[in-house]
Amino acid sequence: MIYKMTRRAALAGVASIAMIAAGATSALAEGWKPQKPVEMVIMAGQGGGADRLARLFQSIIQKEGLASMPVLPVNKGGGSGAEALRYLKDNEGDAHKIMATLNSYYTTPLRTDIGVDIEEFQPVARMALDTFVLWVNADSDIQTLDDYVAAVKASGGEWKMGGTGTGQEDSLVTAMLEKEFDIKVTYVPFKGGGDVAKNLVGGHIDSTVNNPSEALGFYKAGKVRPIMAFTPNRIEVFPDTPTATELGHNIVYWMQRSFVAPKGMPAEAVAYYTDMFQKLSETEEWQTYTKDKALMADFLAGDELQAYFLEERAKHAAILADMEADGSS
Amino acid sequence: MLVADRVIAIAIMALSAYFMWHATALPIGWNGMTGGPGGGAFPFWLSLIMLLSAGGVLFRSLGQERTSQHFFDSHTLRSVIAVVVSLFVTIALIPIVGSYVALPLFIFWYLRVFGGHGWILTGSLTVSTPVFLFFFFEVTLRILLPKGLTEPLFFPLYAMFF
Amino acid sequence: MDTLALLADGFATSLSPINLLIVILGVTAGLFIGAMPGLGSVNGVAIVLPLTFIVPPSSAIILLCAIYYGAMYGGAISSILLGIPGASTAVATTFDGRPMAQQGKAGLALIAAAVASFVGGTISVVLFTLFAVPLADLALAFGPAEEFALVLMAFTTFVGLGGDDKLKTIIMICLGLVLSTVGLDLISGQPRLVFGDLPGFYSGISFLVLAIGVYGIGEILYTIETSRTAPQVTPAKITLRELGDGIRTMNKMWRTMSLGSFLGFFVGMLPAAGATPAALMAYGIARSTSKNPTSFGKGNIEGVAAPETANNAASTGSLLPMLTLGIPGSPTTALLLGGMVMWGLMPGPMLFIEQPDFVWGLISSLYTANFAAVAINIALIPLFVWALRMPFTVLCALVIVLCIVGGFAPSQKMHDVWLIAGFGVAGYLLRKADYPLAPLVLALVLGPLMEKSFRQTLIAEQGNVLAFIERPLSGAFIAIAALFFVLPLVKYLRKGGVRSIAPAE
Repeated sequence: MIYKMTRRAALAGVASIAMIAAGATSALAEGWKPQKPVEMVIMAGQGGGADRLARLFQSIIQKEGLASMPVLPVNKGGGSGAEALRYLKDNEGDAHKIMATLNSYYTTPLRTDIGVDIEEFQPVARMALDTFVLWVNADSDIQTLDDYVAAVKASGGEWKMGGTGTGQEDSLVTAMLEKEFDIKVTYVPFKGGGDVAKNLVGGHIDSTVNNPSEALGFYKAGKVRPIMAFTPNRIEVFPDTPTATELGHNIVYWMQRSFVAPKGMPAEAVAYYTDMFQKLSETEEWQTYTKDKALMADFLAGDELQAYFLEERAKHAAILADMEADGSS
Repeated sequence: MLVADRVIAIAIMALSAYFMWHATALPIGWNGMTGGPGGGAFPFWLSLIMLLSAGGVLFRSLGQERTSQHFFDSHTLRSVIAVVVSLFVTIALIPIVGSYVALPLFIFWYLRVFGGHGWILTGSLTVSTPVFLFFFFEVTLRILLPKGLTEPLFFPLYAMFF
Repeated sequence: MDTLALLADGFATSLSPINLLIVILGVTAGLFIGAMPGLGSVNGVAIVLPLTFIVPPSSAIILLCAIYYGAMYGGAISSILLGIPGASTAVATTFDGRPMAQQGKAGLALIAAAVASFVGGTISVVLFTLFAVPLADLALAFGPAEEFALVLMAFTTFVGLGGDDKLKTIIMICLGLVLSTVGLDLISGQPRLVFGDLPGFYSGISFLVLAIGVYGIGEILYTIETSRTAPQVTPAKITLRELGDGIRTMNKMWRTMSLGSFLGFFVGMLPAAGATPAALMAYGIARSTSKNPTSFGKGNIEGVAAPETANNAASTGSLLPMLTLGIPGSPTTALLLGGMVMWGLMPGPMLFIEQPDFVWGLISSLYTANFAAVAINIALIPLFVWALRMPFTVLCALVIVLCIVGGFAPSQKMHDVWLIAGFGVAGYLLRKADYPLAPLVLALVLGPLMEKSFRQTLIAEQGNVLAFIERPLSGAFIAIAALFFVLPLVKYLRKGGVRSIAPAE
């Protein structure tokens, strides 16, 4: 997969790119300032992980005075973000709208034809990569990946895997698992990650691929057990949980948390926002938050970010095509 | 009354049929593979019940005698239509000239023309409503209302209050 | 007792002068936000969330709770005065609150709502204080099957077999349920009923849009018509004596109010259920156990007290899974959760052990916020009642403007404003043709939960419908739901039987 280079090298590379970008942009940014409050469109509904993160950004921006005008979150979560994507497209050239994205940024336009080409949007900044982990209830006997695969096979397709809506991240990870281990699970979609975690603890489903932030509380209370991480390197808060790569399975999956701007937003405005997020990513609050929540703070901006988006889109197209071929979508 | 009852029943039947047609985009049957009904099942079968019930209402009305009671009398009809039209015009104007022009216009029309109130009451409410809206929604709650063409006029206000 | 000592420490924090001031400000702001049609506790909490970083977490959570409580109290105000529920939790309050206001008893209805909210809030906070930790496990036992059974129960307790035209009631329920399926289908991930791919429909039809449309615009059109012949609203006034009378009347309703409180707390505690089904169930049960069920919907004060105790109790109850499990039961608690995460607190099973100061500070601030809310609310009643004495045309113009702005504010889409206008006209016509509107609104509120949990269960159980009955909790709920469905039928048949025997005697 693409994430072959080591994390340190990646971070160093990103940092140097970011420094160059920041140096170039802050000079430009002086000329432009938002004249009215900035709309931060969120591709998800109120209360979910993406929403919470966007509101965290809003409060850090406000607290640290990173923008001259307030940044106001607006939820447009309809149709797995289709609504937000269309909204951004319809507001071409608007310098006071940015959008907080997640992976539905690629999957939604791929799955349904909504007349949006994400290539047209302008990249602003990637703030972080969220990780995925395979979880089971702590009461179960499953300790290792081999136990897990054996248990799923023994259930004869009745193994209940909980996750977010069909076609969203959790279902993609599930599809990748099914393909890699030649297993078949019953996928039960829920409204949000918190709901999924609760149903796992309550014994209503058998396993999940939650983001760590959603299951961390239960993990600390000893109610759920991580089996495997879908990251290239072990996650700091789960030092004893092996990664899929380590176990010889090529499954790596991230949830990106980025910001994009509509087509035709003036370059100075894009630079202003990139600069704003660059400063945000350096605040202590953000750094502690990412550490506590097992997020990878991985700042990326400019053309590199656009290239990353396009690469990810191609990857997702392949996964979705696989899913459809299996008839499980 | 009877005519109106029938017209409404027929309209509901048409609406149900329209819903059913849209619902068939997704499977409407019991989806054996994943278990349980498909994505279109709920809207489809519920619309069918709606269609049949509305049919029942229509059928029942056929047996009834025509009453002298009218659904509308011409006077109330005129005022209801006036309000509905003004409402639609106001909403259509909001994205173009902005809330801070369209809404005061509506209040002015409603109080002065429709309600026949005096100039002082009309004037004070026409001015105070947008001021209240601005301070309550934009300044306090940080919810921006659409401004359309009048957007640039608000830049100094934003600079002052945010 | 350990709990009491911890609570006393909490009170020491929440009763400091600065925190008391925060409570008063928060409650007042919450009241006004809640009283606006379209705006509710979600908006209030979302707006102040970033501001809370200026103050320490203990004060911040007090501010948020004060706003939360204030908005819950305030929701009843627009339900009673304007007949527009400001939030889905306040729908049931309109059924009797609005008729009371029309009979000139707005003051009494508002007092009833305030006192009931206070009782509900207080009982539930006490329950919370005593049982928060053990009850968390009950919330976990709730899977999709139980959720479905619970929603079904809420539905049947409320709908039953009412006095309205049966066919028309069925039509309205189905219409509400069909409208609730508009948007993205969670299970298959496909859009459905988006009508020519209008992006505005992708997020579905919000309950608020329908409620503001049929109850706000529709009601005004209806009133324009009837006010030509007779004044619709009797001018309300409020005196100190009436206040005393009101509180005395409330004193007779302990049964209704304690039932509402317990029901509200337990239903509210279950993630995904929350305050709306709780309020509806409390109303339905109050009606079906009343000696005089036909007076409900025509201005019975118990019809205001029951849902108001329940929705306030439920809003406290929904804090329970949020704090003990980290699972928000409503959008508002989700935002509170977000706030706590930002302050570096980790809600979940460990919170009570790791952060006792914070938890008990929060619980004690619920007590203070509740006291402040009832006091401020009652003090402001004359102001709200005064608003009703405006000339009708003035009130109409202002309400229409509030409907437009209130409809726009939550989603910030003109699409929703158009829908409000459309629903308003449709609601007006349907109402004239004797179609009941309450089942329509209820179906839209409960529909999404019902369909989602139904299908989740069937997927998890490989299509086995019996799963709903086999699981003990959900089986019990289904049995109760069946009972509520059959009970009015039996009553109806018995009455009919008595009548048919009577001539023979």
